[in-house]
Amino acid sequence: MERLFIANRGEIAVRVIRSARELGIRTVVAASEPDEKSHAARLADEYRLVGPAPATKSYLDQSAVLSAALESGCDAVHPGYGFLSENAAFAAAVIEAGLTWVGPSPEAIELMGDKARARDAARRAGVPILQGSEGAVGHGEDLIAEGREIGYPLLVKASAGGGGRGIRLVASEQDLVATVEVAQAEARAAFGSADVYLERFLGRARHVEVQVLGDGQDAIHLGDRDCSMQRRQQKILEEAPAPALPDAVRERIQQSSVELARECHYRGLGTVEFLYDPESHEAAFIEMNTRLQVEHPVTEMITGLDLVREQLLVADEGKLPLSQKQVQFRGHAFEFRLNAEDPSSGFMPSPGTLERLDWPGGPGVRIDSGFVAGSVVAPFYDSLLAKLIVWDASRDEVIARSVRALGEVDVEGVKTTLPLLQALIQRPELRDVEHHSKFLENTPELLGGAA
Amino acid sequence: MADILSPLPGIFYRKPGPDKAPYVNEGDHVDVGQTVGMVEVMKQFTEVRSDAAGTIDHFHIEDGGTVNPGEAIATVSEG
Repeated sequence: MERLFIANRGEIAVRVIRSARELGIRTVVAASEPDEKSHAARLADEYRLVGPAPATKSYLDQSAVLSAALESGCDAVHPGYGFLSENAAFAAAVIEAGLTWVGPSPEAIELMGDKARARDAARRAGVPILQGSEGAVGHGEDLIAEGREIGYPLLVKASAGGGGRGIRLVASEQDLVATVEVAQAEARAAFGSADVYLERFLGRARHVEVQVLGDGQDAIHLGDRDCSMQRRQQKILEEAPAPALPDAVRERIQQSSVELARECHYRGLGTVEFLYDPESHEAAFIEMNTRLQVEHPVTEMITGLDLVREQLLVADEGKLPLSQKQVQFRGHAFEFRLNAEDPSSGFMPSPGTLERLDWPGGPGVRIDSGFVAGSVVAPFYDSLLAKLIVWDASRDEVIARSVRALGEVDVEGVKTTLPLLQALIQRPELRDVEHHSKFLENTPELLGGAA
Repeated sequence: MADILSPLPGIFYRKPGPDKAPYVNEGDHVDVGQTVGMVEVMKQFTEVRSDAAGTIDHFHIEDGGTVNPGEAIATVSEG
């Protein structure tokens, strides 16, 4: 790999440029018209215009992105996260054009993109799954029988959904048939497939996940993370390792995630997501994300590895660059997503020019951002301004260090979610690991601004 | 004549979804408070409403076009 095309923008484009440059790989980044002056475009060796501001006409335009990669003489494509990163057809087109795709095979992307098939693959690999229907649900009496076996409340999920979309809650048997019919119609309209399946509902669950790395034959894990602090299914802060997880549960989700990666001949980085019920100590598969994730830096902080470097090496050489034994874990890390949104007015997006951008420093503190002072936060893309990542030897110590680091952040020109992050890190529920994925929605004083 | 102004910067859509019909067309009557489109800013959608009652004379911004705050989206002939 000599010349890498980065089909993304913002902080993740900057992140990939850094690892590629250290490996001696030259970089060309995609840019929409408003991103021509972005920090990523300046930092890359070169940028290529792929279209106007709307993502559908630029970063999501497969032929424009692939043409730009070919015309700029690149021999590989890194999709980052979001945009085309989990698009099997795009991955296939990149490979077909003779370029290296930095990611899993189109077949693995497709398998994990179909939630019912993914669930079957997980079960076969010994990954714990929630009790539910096998494949798409039946009709009439079969459906009622399946519902009774699972018990209420239960969830109806679209096979082609994911990321929290296409899910409906059924409280009791009398609502089952009607809800399944509506869900099937919605799934057909939204995802192009009417297939839905049933799954047991966990009320106050935490969200934990396992990072895996494979080369198509063998696979290893790089530990786990907890991403329970969410607002409307969007993660707000993440940590590694997952706290307050019994050893047996941790062992089971790590080993079975590796087995799943092996069985689907997984190549590159992937994340197996689980719900964890702290009362029953039950963990269950949700889905597998077939890309680099936003929260990968917390894993880097506790392993000392550069995950993007490992990802590039696996894509280039086709062999795992390290063994399970070489992966060691040390300390605890948090990641805070600083968004350009106004928490005091319902999280309204807050685009604008960054007049001041002062980041914290000191030991154990890292900033991943696609912006510098003077940058414009455009209204066209997501609101992630920066990720503040903090490491220390223990969870208590990293909480204290995070309070200190968040206090040093000074952003002027746009409103940010800093007050929410500062309030969250000092909450006793977070400290005592009593939070869960619905904690924020159930704590209105946090959503009204700084508590 | 009255202009309907964009409240936000972002991408303007004339339709509630890619396969849906436009909220209103040129020549259609609109009432005060009626939705004429949506502006997407950072993946959040905000409805754009008419401040005037009358007939949509023409749209200045096409479907999927970019807008700035205070920019005229459409002109309404009052009465």
